[in-house]
Amino acid sequence: MAIEQDGSDGNHQAPEREVAADIFRRGLIISPFLLVLASVIWGLSGLACGSIALGIVLANFIAGAWIIDWAVKISPQLLMSAVLGGFVLRMGVITGTILPIRNQAWFEIMPFALILIFLHLGLLIWETRYVSATLKYPGLKPRVKRQNRKKSLD
Amino acid sequence: MLSLIASTISILAAAVTEGEGLKAIGAGLGYGLAAIGPGVGIGIVVGAAIDAMTRQPESAGTARTTMFLGIAFTEALALIGFVVFILLLP
Repeated sequence: MAIEQDGSDGNHQAPEREVAADIFRRGLIISPFLLVLASVIWGLSGLACGSIALGIVLANFIAGAWIIDWAVKISPQLLMSAVLGGFVLRMGVITGTILPIRNQAWFEIMPFALILIFLHLGLLIWETRYVSATLKYPGLKPRVKRQNRKKSLD
Repeated sequence: MLSLIASTISILAAAVTEGEGLKAIGAGLGYGLAAIGPGVGIGIVVGAAIDAMTRQPESAGTARTTMFLGIAFTEALALIGFVVFILLLP
């Protein structure tokens, strides 16, 4: 997962993909807990709706990062239209996924809504703690170097 | 896309015939209004990031990372609007 970054010449590879992959990994880590919780409270319907919400959130992050990476590779001028177009497209896909199934007997709105909103925000807040703001490492903070620095300070 | 439009039309038609048309209109308006704010916000975030990248190409990676997180935080508003839309739909 580690991506070589060189902040000196501006030739970065894909920091947003690195961040999105890290968010995806954290989402997979926390997903069993959320799905078990949803299935305990709402039964199998909660499990199904929670799984759909989880898939939407994680796929949304990956798709957003992929669109930005694709647009930046072509030109910065394309970035604005690609990001806004991607936003509309992703909202359309989410709406198109949920509208046909929302009247099904097994569809529970509460686990779906709670997991969709709180997982999205929670993963972002969790990830923000690990994002680097340095030019040397524009993606994630290098953990090994941070630990070494801490040891050297000790 | 056509199936999405068809399902939306059928849902709205069913809502109107059942006398719950205002609820459907309110849900649609709510979702549309809730998407305006994130649209403007994403535009501001991406515009500032492009400005930063063109002024300082060496900091493009940092700007892109911050931009991605800013976009994702802004999108949360649209997701909340979507949930309200689903809740309001008859």
